[in-house]
Amino acid sequence: MSGLTFDTVDVSYDDRAAVVGFSNEVASGEWVGLIGPNGAGKSSLLRAVAGLTDSDGVISVDGRPLAAMSIRERARHVAYVAQNPITPEDMSAFDYVLLGRWPYVGRFGAESSRDRKAVDEVFERLRLIDFRERRLGELSGGERQRIVLARALAQETSVLLLDEPTSALDIGHQQQALELVTELRCHQQLTVVAAMHDLTLAGIYSDRLVMLDDGIVVADGSAAEVLTAERLGDVYHVCVTVDIDPDDGAVVVVPRRGFPVDGS
Amino acid sequence: MTSTGSAARWYVAAVALLVASIMLGASIGAAGPAAWRVPLALLDHLPLISIDAGISEIDWNIIWKIRMPRVVLGMLVGGMLSIGGASYQGVFRNPLVDPYLLGAAAGAGLGAIIVLTIARDTTSNWTVDPVPVAAFCGAMLTVFVTYLVGSGYRGSGQSGTTLVLAGVAVTAFVTAVQTYILQRNADVVREVFAWILGRLSSASWSDVRLCLPYIAVSVIILFAMRRHLDLLRVGDEEANALGMSVGRTRLIVVAAATLGTAAAVGVSGLIGFVGLVVPHVVRLAVGSSYRNLIPLSFLVGASFLILADIPGRTLQGGAETPIGVVTAFLGAPFFIYLLRTRAAQVAQ
Repeated sequence: MSGLTFDTVDVSYDDRAAVVGFSNEVASGEWVGLIGPNGAGKSSLLRAVAGLTDSDGVISVDGRPLAAMSIRERARHVAYVAQNPITPEDMSAFDYVLLGRWPYVGRFGAESSRDRKAVDEVFERLRLIDFRERRLGELSGGERQRIVLARALAQETSVLLLDEPTSALDIGHQQQALELVTELRCHQQLTVVAAMHDLTLAGIYSDRLVMLDDGIVVADGSAAEVLTAERLGDVYHVCVTVDIDPDDGAVVVVPRRGFPVDGS
Repeated sequence: MTSTGSAARWYVAAVALLVASIMLGASIGAAGPAAWRVPLALLDHLPLISIDAGISEIDWNIIWKIRMPRVVLGMLVGGMLSIGGASYQGVFRNPLVDPYLLGAAAGAGLGAIIVLTIARDTTSNWTVDPVPVAAFCGAMLTVFVTYLVGSGYRGSGQSGTTLVLAGVAVTAFVTAVQTYILQRNADVVREVFAWILGRLSSASWSDVRLCLPYIAVSVIILFAMRRHLDLLRVGDEEANALGMSVGRTRLIVVAAATLGTAAAVGVSGLIGFVGLVVPHVVRLAVGSSYRNLIPLSFLVGASFLILADIPGRTLQGGAETPIGVVTAFLGAPFFIYLLRTRAAQVAQ
């Protein structure tokens, strides 16, 4: 059964259309990378899935329309990691990750021992036990990002949405975070949809890339199919060369000096 | 973050402080029995306890009819303003706000001024004191208007910032009306200021009965919303993505905090600084988690106001110092000290 299905989804803000007629099927356990220039509609699409912005059309998880779910039920199916998540400095890592259990706790109840156990398991699986009692303000950017991912995992959802998950990290921490998501995806059969700016990393880690421009899908396929120098020039207005690593077939996008041919 | 054991110690300390404050508040006054006899007299009136406190009927009346209503009212008002402040700070994610943010103080002031001036004749036959009722209604109505104005813009109905700005605008308007009415009725300025500066001096059990139901409802709701306030610390969007209806949560918390604040202001006038400074003091001890912040703010705020009421009784003999002056006098320097201490800690 399909993990996440989009059926002619539109997102608009006032009179401006951010996403137009987006239809796609993301298989259970698949990682789809959303790419495209700023304002292409990547974040809007993710926010629509997370219920943070209104949308038309139908978005379904495992065949069930999200619009038919309550806000808590939706949070039991879809976890969302924002681009710049707020991490209160004096909150402990454990308390922060425990917030991920919110959809499972009664409205005026408290977290059960089962919730605390689930959080402990996440800390173990992500090898974060040493950070358990640390305050978030004491952690580095990379460590905080892992804690944010841990919170999303504590939600025990089948779909994980990542909005520029590594934009604030150096290359080492970027790689660590993406490897972590890969490991979890394989382990838990997570369906991952991630908006990404780094095209090379997007190509390496995603099973499939969907390129958006002005809210419309302009390409959908493997990294080698989507990331061509000509298309990137058209969409991003950029000069690049695209190389294929002969060893593993990884697609490497290399920026080059100069203006794009069409000059737009 | 504070460990469970550490938080438990603070709860014990806060309860002990409250008990000590109640005893002190009941023991000190211009007239009445020796201070050391008062705790014995109070114990003597508890069920199953019999102690000869050695006080007369008159002394007991001073304790029970004059001092204790004042102490209990101080406890309720101080506790309420403190958790009202903590809740407002949580729901607006702004540590510098107090429960008067959305116009409760200005509205209460206007209600009281209207009764003391324009409506003085029409309310003179009322069997209940019209000032607390008018202050309560003024506070509730003003915050309601603020909420209506702040939620009136499409797409911003859930925005804390829009509500805060609406509060500033409505407060300015209501204050202007207050000033206009006062200017036209200069003969009651002294009476109005006496109310505005806060008072517990004329507290009676009827005042306690008047505000208790509202404060009790407010406290119960805010206690139940502690976890919601913790989730709001990660921002509206993430709280929403985690399954919380942010707009509804904000409405419930603001409504509950306003209900209790309006009841408190109605019976005690405008007592400043408690709602701002007490949650900060508690944060320094147990951290920012609202699970501990809300209950401990109530306990500490209750103790603070009982204690702040004591110097006012005695400093100037017959003419008491308004409690609002005392809380500001004590609270402002202490708050500055806390800020400087924290700044020094951050710099290290």
